[in-house]
Parts: sequence; C-alpha cells; structure tokens
Amino acid sequence: MYVDDAEIRDVIAGHQERNGRVTAILEDLQQRCRYLPEQALRIVAGELGLPLTQLYGVATFFAAFSLEPQGQHLVSVCHGTACHVKGAGRVSESLERELQVAIGKTTGDGQFTLKSVRCLGCCSLAPVVSIDGRAYGRMKPDTVEAVLSDWRGGDRR
Amino acid sequence: MNSAEAVLESLQRQGLSSLYPDRIRITVGRATCGLAAGADAVYQYIREEADRRRLDLQIVSTGCLGWCQQEPLVTVQAPGRPRLVYGRVDQALTGEILDGAGGGSFPESRLIGKIYADEVLLTGQRIFLTGEPESGPVLDQTSFYAPQLKVVTRNCGYIDPGSIAEYAARGGYRALWKALQAQPEQIIDEITASGLRGRGGGGYPTGRKWQATRRQPGDVKYVICNADEGDPGAYMDRSVLEGDPHTVLEGMIIGGYAIGARSGIIYVRSEYPLAVVRLQEAIGEANRVGALGKNIFGSGFDFQIEVVKGQGAFVCGEETAMIAAIEGKAGEPHPRPPYPSEAGLWGKPTCINNVETWANVPPIIMRGSGWFTGIGTESSKGTKVFALVGEISNNGLVEVPMGTTLRQVVVDAAGGAGRFALKAVQTGGPSGGCIPAGMFDLPVDYEALTGAGSIMGSGGMVVMDERTCMVDVARFFLSFTRDESCGKCMACREGTWQMLQILDRIAEGRAVMEDLELLERLALAVRDASLCGLGQTAPSPVLSTLRYFRDEYEAHIRDGFCPAGVCKGLFRLVIDQEACTGCGRCARVCQAEAVSVIGDVAGQETAKKYLVDQERCVQCRSCLDACAHRAVRVIPRGGAVVDAD
Repeated sequence: MYVDDAEIRDVIAGHQERNGRVTAILEDLQQRCRYLPEQALRIVAGELGLPLTQLYGVATFFAAFSLEPQGQHLVSVCHGTACHVKGAGRVSESLERELQVAIGKTTGDGQFTLKSVRCLGCCSLAPVVSIDGRAYGRMKPDTVEAVLSDWRGGDRR
Repeated sequence: MNSAEAVLESLQRQGLSSLYPDRIRITVGRATCGLAAGADAVYQYIREEADRRRLDLQIVSTGCLGWCQQEPLVTVQAPGRPRLVYGRVDQALTGEILDGAGGGSFPESRLIGKIYADEVLLTGQRIFLTGEPESGPVLDQTSFYAPQLKVVTRNCGYIDPGSIAEYAARGGYRALWKALQAQPEQIIDEITASGLRGRGGGGYPTGRKWQATRRQPGDVKYVICNADEGDPGAYMDRSVLEGDPHTVLEGMIIGGYAIGARSGIIYVRSEYPLAVVRLQEAIGEANRVGALGKNIFGSGFDFQIEVVKGQGAFVCGEETAMIAAIEGKAGEPHPRPPYPSEAGLWGKPTCINNVETWANVPPIIMRGSGWFTGIGTESSKGTKVFALVGEISNNGLVEVPMGTTLRQVVVDAAGGAGRFALKAVQTGGPSGGCIPAGMFDLPVDYEALTGAGSIMGSGGMVVMDERTCMVDVARFFLSFTRDESCGKCMACREGTWQMLQILDRIAEGRAVMEDLELLERLALAVRDASLCGLGQTAPSPVLSTLRYFRDEYEAHIRDGFCPAGVCKGLFRLVIDQEACTGCGRCARVCQAEAVSVIGDVAGQETAKKYLVDQERCVQCRSCLDACAHRAVRVIPRGGAVVDAD
C-alpha cells in the first residue's frame, strides 16, 4: 500500500515517547504499508537523527517487520512446542496446499501471506493458526479450508 | 480515615456489589485461549438471548480460570447459590443455562464443578456464596484443582480484568497502601526475607536485585516488567496479564517505591494483542483512582508505567537485549558487568523482573514474608504457575506450591496420558531439558530440576508420550535457537547451526555413531563460549535427551529406526491383526487412502480387518492416533511384518 512522505512524517510525529519509539514507529508503518519501504526507513532515520544502518538492523532483526510487501491477511501457523508435538507440521502442509504458496510467501493475488511463528501462547488448544490476530484452536489438516473460507474474497465475511 | 483509604473502601464496596450482585451473574472466560475455542460467539449469544428473553442478568468477561481444556468456560452465580462452572460451552448449552436463569433448573451436563466459597487470598477472608451443604462436584476438589494453590492467578477467571473495583474487592491496592506507610528499605527486607526468586527462569533472589538497584546513586532509575514471554509452550504470563493486569501494576508500583524509581516499563510481546489492551486499560484506571501517577494515594510518591511492545525476538527475554530493543536498537545482548542494576536503560540503574515475579509482590506485602516462606521447599518458596500442555487429558494452567512433585502435576492434575504411555516432561523450553517419566517423583524446585539436567524455566511444561521422538524434540528446539540466535557470538551462531546439521542427519538416517560424540563436544563448546543465556542454554535439550534417551539416538543411527514413529522414512506403520477389532476408524481418517480392508474374518461380516499399503502410506500417523485399540504399530523398515501382505 502506498503511503506518501507526509504521512510517514505524521506517523513519526505521532510517536513522541522515548522508550520503544523506534519499534513503535516501524510497527505503525508496517501496519499502514504492510511492509517497510526503503523510503520510509530513510525518512525515519533522517527525522530521528539515527544512522540508516541502525534502522535497517532493527527492521531485519524483529520478526514482525518485513522489507517485502505482505498479503492483505496474515496467516500465522504456530510452531511452538505444543503445536509441534500435536501436528503443526501437517497443518502447515495443508495450508500450503490450500493457498498454493510456501511458508514465508504471499499468494499471487496478494490476499494471504503464510507465516510460521513461534508460539502464540494458546498451547492448550494446539495446534493453533491465527489469521490477522484471530486465533483458531484444535486445527486439523482437514479443517484448514473451512477456516480460510471465512477470509477469502476481500474482507472477512 | 484519610482519602486513600476512602478511595479503596469505596472501590471495594463497588466491586463487592458487582462480584456478588442481587441478580444472576454470568461470566465468560474471554482470554486468548477462550477466544480461540469460540468464547466470543458464546458471549455474544448470551447477550442477545438474554435481551430477547428479557432476562435481567449481569454478563461479564473474565480472564482464564486455568482449565483451558474445558474452554469455553462459563460460570453462573445466582444469589444465595453456589457458583456453577460449565466447560466446553456451546450454543445449545448456553440456551439451557439461560433456561435455568429464566426460572427453570440449571443443566447438569458439562457442569465441571461448583464453587461454594471464595477465598480472598490477600486478607485470608472467606466469602460464602451459599448456606447450602456442599454436594459434588466441588471445583476445588476436582483432580485438576485439588493440587493447586492460587497466589499469582488468584483473580484470573474470577474478576473482570477491566474493573479496578472488582480487583479492589479482592484486596487489590491494599498492599500498595500498606507499602507506602513503610520505609523503602523495609519493603526490600520483606521481599528478601520472603525468599522470592525470579520466576522468569533464572531464579535470582528478587530482594537482592531490588537492593542492588536501590543502592546505586542517582535520581533516575527504572523498573521493567519482562512480559516478552517467548518460550514456546508457555503462556502463564499472558494469562495473568489478560486476567489480572492490576496485580502486575501493583507489584511494579511497590517495586518502584522500594527501589527509588519513578518510571516503569512493561515490555510485552506484540503477539499478545489482548494483553496489551488489558494493560493499557488497567494503567488508565489505576491513574484515575490515584494508585498510579503523581502523588500516589497522597504519599508524595510519583510513578508512571508505560507499555512497550516487543516485535518478535526470543533473545529479548535476555535483560541487556531487551534494554537495547527499548532504546531503539536491534535486540542484541551485551556483556555483564555492568549489570542493568548499575547501568541499564539509558545507562541508568534498572531492575527487571518477570510478570509472575511482580505478581507475587502484593500478596507477600499483604500477608508477610512469614506466610510466603510457609509455602514451598527449603530453597524455593511460594508457588509456581505452569502451562501444562502436550499429550495429556487436561491442558491448562496450574499453580502449585513449590515442592509439589512432577507426578502430582502431570499425572494427578493433568490427568496423565491417554492410551499411550507417558515418556517425559519438558520444562524450561529451549533452555531446558526433558525429564523422563521414571523421575516424576522429583519436586518442583529450582535446584532439583537443575540437578536433573533441566531447569525450572518460566513455566512451560510439555508432556510427551511414547509417540514423541526425543531426537525430533531436540531438533525442534535446536532449530528454534538457531533461528533466534542473534548472531553476535560465533559459538552460538555457528554452533547451533552445526548441531542442527548433525540432528538432521540422525533424523534422516544418515548419521554415524561418531556423530554423537561430535554433537556432545559441540554442545559443551556452545554452552561455555556464548555470551548470554540463549547460547549458554541452547544445548540443554540435546544434552538432556542424550543423557536419558541415548538409546533412541542410537536406534536412529544403528538400525535406521525411529521407535516413536516420527522421523519420516525411518519406520513403517502396520496393523496388528490380533489387536484389530475391525472398527474401520483408521481407514476413515487416512487421507492418503492407504488403509484398506483385507476381507471378512471367520465369516462375520462386521469383523473386517485392515492393512496399511506401504506404497501409499505417507506416514502421517493419523491411523495410529485414531486407533482406540492400539492395533497400529510402529516397526522398523525391514522389520517383521505383522501385516498380511
């Protein structure tokens, strides 16, 4: 999604807190653009008076940030310990088949990005898949399709 | 009475009338685990149906009662009656519950327990809900709750986490008021005397940490709450933040007063969006009533708390890495000393404690260190919350006194395994180890668990049965630490990668016996030559599985056989014709259509027998998991054929 320079400067201006300012700005930008465009990182570096290398370091260090555009919906397959023991691998394979995309990639129509994440903290309902932050528990390879159908075709239902 | 006491009194009155109203109170557990199980739909349905039926009900969202296996959990409290706790609530059961609320009788099905009295831990007081004699099932006496003692999770699932009044009604913010009457040094002495140790896993004495930060010169100091719960398989902190955020705030404010800090930060992972919302609401409420902000309760003490979101990096659980992240840098650790207590956030003295540690502070201040030291073992005091997950009947959060045996937790509370024999319990996540079932009499105690090659850890407890391959478990954790290694130290960055290469070879049947020695040598090198806890403990899952399950590693290498039937290509699935009853469940669950009937047996049309077509089998094990008669067997690739093929 395109965000112009003025909006980037507004985002920066909206974060005046000292603690966690850099990650909060990048989180905000990631949400608006669905990734961190190079231009945005350059402006943040300039406005905050930080070296671009530091911004690049932060942007590539944390799992929540991405330098490539992400899909409209983020499908996260939990691969925490409980989910692993309870068959997260099979759920992943099933999602890859359904979406016809590999883990870490975005579908051709830009609708879904499929990601593997480390523990969503719903271990008691393992295996868990989360779509845009909404958690689905006790997943099975054959329940994947029904869950995805809620989110297909633009906005949810 | 001064104004602070008046505020607390008024909040308490308000909270009591909300907790024990003169109409029916229905609570729905809407923490993340409840929501994943469908609690939102239940909550909406109750609201809509109550409106439609014109029922005057108090409908409240709470956190998690702990018995996650039973989510969605709903409680119903009619005036003068015991509180009824229902599990696995769906729309149909909701309808029956509302029939009860409308004057009929409440359903008996899926009633998992009744509560006759509430214990207010902070005051030691009991509030009786009813004069009726107890009749089963009593919630506290169920196998899941019987071994538990709730100190940290005392309010979770009972109160509306958005209501400071309900928190106050359970004794909340009284500890802060009490602490503000004392000298900061007295508070530190009390925490030191209580023997409280860090619940994030390290077990460092909390009082000593506070003292070290207090002693540093300077006006500006910080306290930080580590809520970057990155350990896969652990969600105790999430549950506390979502179910009772004020107890964490109260602990931090008391800590700030004792240490001499005026600013607190909660570093919470962004994967916990609900916890972030709950914390922000709670901070607003605490500010509103004067428990936070300027001149707290008229004491002259100022303290503010802000939330910083972690953006996904396991290493940020390490204190120095977390500080770097808050300062806007990549979350890499740096050598200690200087310790954060000397030069932490922005170079100022900083005290970092975990969520559960902070949550223990108000009870200790209210009930005194003597009460706290009465719980637990010689070296480990108080309780510990565990996230009990994996191959067990009762998943959930349990809080038990230190000294409780693993067997009491895993077998008694968790209900043990189902049809398959328990094999091990993993504690401490990627930094911990696997403790075999033969050692389940070990007590929950920092030193005992360390002695057994694992650690207390933050509280993840993943139970594994005979279907879990220990090589695969070690490989899982190593792939985790390899990914999460920040790359600063060569030993951790390259060592975890090399160890994973060896584990891959073993799991794929390409290893030689010498690889085991190499793996051990590498493990020790990574442990000794890494800067931070991540690298120092990354080899633990490998070392502990080698210690207790070496025969499994050897079977993979020597026989090309994965006895648990996990490592693909290193086993076959066959059906034991003696044990098979011909129910056909295996054939129905097989997505590869590899299970088929071999014909009627002894002329009985119903007694069909099945076999696995090895050409088609993709080794997904759906049949093994589905068979109620344990007729599906894991055998070596070239092993004796039980099948009739």
